[in-house]
Amino acid sequence: MKTLVFLLEKEFRQLLRSKQLLGMLLLAPLIQLILLPLAADYSVKNISIAMVDNDHSTTSRRLIEKIVSSGYFKLREYSASFTQGLKAVEEDRADLALQIPVHFERDLVREDRKQVFVAINAIEGTKANLGGAYLSSIISDFNEDIRAQWQVVTPTTQVTVATSNWYNPLLNFHLYMVPAILVTLVTAMVAMQSAFNIVQEKESGTIEQINVTPIKKHIFIIGKMVPFMVLGIVLFTMGLLVGWILYGIVPLGSLWVLYGSLIVYLFSMLGLGLLVATYSGTQQQAMSLCFFFINIFNMMSGVFTSVDSMPDWARAIVATFPPSHFIKIMRPVVLKGSGFSDILPEILWMLALGVALNAWAVLNYRKTT
Amino acid sequence: MRQLLIFIRKEFLHVFRDRKTLLMLFGLPIAQIVLFGFALSNEIKNSHIAIVDYSKDAVTQRLITRIGGSPYFNIQRTLASGDQLNAAFKKGDIKLAVIFPVGFGDDLVHTGKATMQVIADASDPNQATTITNYLNQIVLDFNSELSQGAGQRMQILPSTQMMYNPELRGAPNFVPGVMALVLMLVCTMMTSVAIVREKELGTMEILLVSPFKPFYIILSKLAPNLLISVVNLFIILALSDIFLDLPVKGSLLLLVTGSVLFILTCLSIGLLLSINAQTQQAAMMGSMMGMMLPTMLLTGFLFPIENMPVALQVLSNLVPSRWYFIIIKQVMLKGLGFSAVWKEMLILTGMCALLFTISLKKFKIRLQ
Repeated sequence: MKTLVFLLEKEFRQLLRSKQLLGMLLLAPLIQLILLPLAADYSVKNISIAMVDNDHSTTSRRLIEKIVSSGYFKLREYSASFTQGLKAVEEDRADLALQIPVHFERDLVREDRKQVFVAINAIEGTKANLGGAYLSSIISDFNEDIRAQWQVVTPTTQVTVATSNWYNPLLNFHLYMVPAILVTLVTAMVAMQSAFNIVQEKESGTIEQINVTPIKKHIFIIGKMVPFMVLGIVLFTMGLLVGWILYGIVPLGSLWVLYGSLIVYLFSMLGLGLLVATYSGTQQQAMSLCFFFINIFNMMSGVFTSVDSMPDWARAIVATFPPSHFIKIMRPVVLKGSGFSDILPEILWMLALGVALNAWAVLNYRKTT
Repeated sequence: MRQLLIFIRKEFLHVFRDRKTLLMLFGLPIAQIVLFGFALSNEIKNSHIAIVDYSKDAVTQRLITRIGGSPYFNIQRTLASGDQLNAAFKKGDIKLAVIFPVGFGDDLVHTGKATMQVIADASDPNQATTITNYLNQIVLDFNSELSQGAGQRMQILPSTQMMYNPELRGAPNFVPGVMALVLMLVCTMMTSVAIVREKELGTMEILLVSPFKPFYIILSKLAPNLLISVVNLFIILALSDIFLDLPVKGSLLLLVTGSVLFILTCLSIGLLLSINAQTQQAAMMGSMMGMMLPTMLLTGFLFPIENMPVALQVLSNLVPSRWYFIIIKQVMLKGLGFSAVWKEMLILTGMCALLFTISLKKFKIRLQ
């Protein structure tokens, strides 16, 4: 026990001594947390549209007006032909092209039906999805309008839908992103730094000095883990404060639940850092390995895209990533006020992963080479 | 000249000796392309929903069957009362709840109107909007079926065509993004670390006192990373063609030229980082924290740049991957020619020239 206290004292001194590193460790995430949610705005608005009006009738002009005034669409240009509209989409000037064909108004009145053509650039799937949906709902609204105007008898039986959005009624995207970005920042800092720290001792040769002392493996490892656990908690607290001050996000759930799961999460991520350290001989190797994991974690853990829409095999892989579970805890606890019993499965997952990673790391850590 | 070749050979030996790093350098792009290409998708299917049916009549039955039959929805449970909804949302079991009020069917038959209530878990706003839209579509279909007898008049029928990516796969958007990300990080990180390591180990001193020109030191450091990146590029292109069905539609030569320009720009950034960093750790943190998230976010492949605040939009102009991302999309996915990307190419050339000149000027030939 006494050994552990001394080791901890050493680690903390080393950590606090290098001001440049410490500054970077605390400042970089802070700056990112302030800036990134501003960038990560995926509320779909400003869909630019290339309009092809071949009809030039009152009805077609009113349709265009209705679309533009909806607020979702931005009229980029009037194209002379559909080919030109498509060209605008091709050259990324417009996200979609809408063609109102010749005799639109006449045929609508005479034949009771007329098609309009929409071409959407679907490379960005979410935007295409939402843009298409918005456009068709505007068109169907407009359809009602002109039926009313021409006093056409509409069918009488109709089911209407009243929608309410819970937990985020204004559909504010920051609410969704800030908790997840906080997770990615804590992840990157803690896992990487713990790995680098140990590998640095390997590179500079000081680990050999520790190896020849009677310090036990697990004491050494705990000594390495605790400072980074503390660092992670400090970072997380700073992050919550930034979220509160800048974005007005106050966790609805209990802070005990948040910090409790944070500690389990840090335990599992430090296990990963340790594991990486035992497999790397140089800082460069540790960095490459960390980069590999962190990059995949960031992209696959549901920060940016939904895990639920992945195929089953991919979801099975994602289940082994600790960050995916912590994100599944953070969002509901912060936004919906979920309690301990709601997130218990995720905590158990993280705990199991943490035990497995740490056990693997301890087994793989050799005092001799 | 011979000296330079010998030094380049030395650098290659350094790189190829470190099997673990090398494995990572090539393993990473492969794993990412395959994982992201197959796993990431923008389509939202099988959303779990709950139904609260207070009415329990023939009409609600028909609607429930329709909703359950749609590929977008998966009826997770039927709740007896709306009070249980909050708990279900908190547990994360359901994304959306549909509530039919008492007398729903009677209202529809007698008054011609009935309102069903839909509650979406909007903590994920886009998902909430999309699945609510899907549900609305189902109800619209149901309505027009109801009114078949009456005959719908004056119908405007939108015929929508999803261009370039009809199945809304994630791959066409993510592959260019991953290409930009991987090339960027491999180049900046590997270069900055390679130079700082010599500082840390003290071998830089030896290099500097030798008659070998500083310019050559830089060239020999850049050469292996350039080669690795180009090989990576071809691996990624081959993988996307074979596995993800995303061949290079435009000219391969144009794409490779654009990529090399981008790689050179990133190498220059790495060089610049290495000049300012004292330790490998600082260099890594600089390239990791300073490059990775900004690249992911300001490139435009995750979040549309036009939605960002003006300051960030201006800032995104400084991120080289933003321009590279456009080049890949235009040339690889849409098959456009030089005329569509000349501006981006020019910008990358300018950035590359500027960064490289600055790093050359600032490259210190003295240690203190």
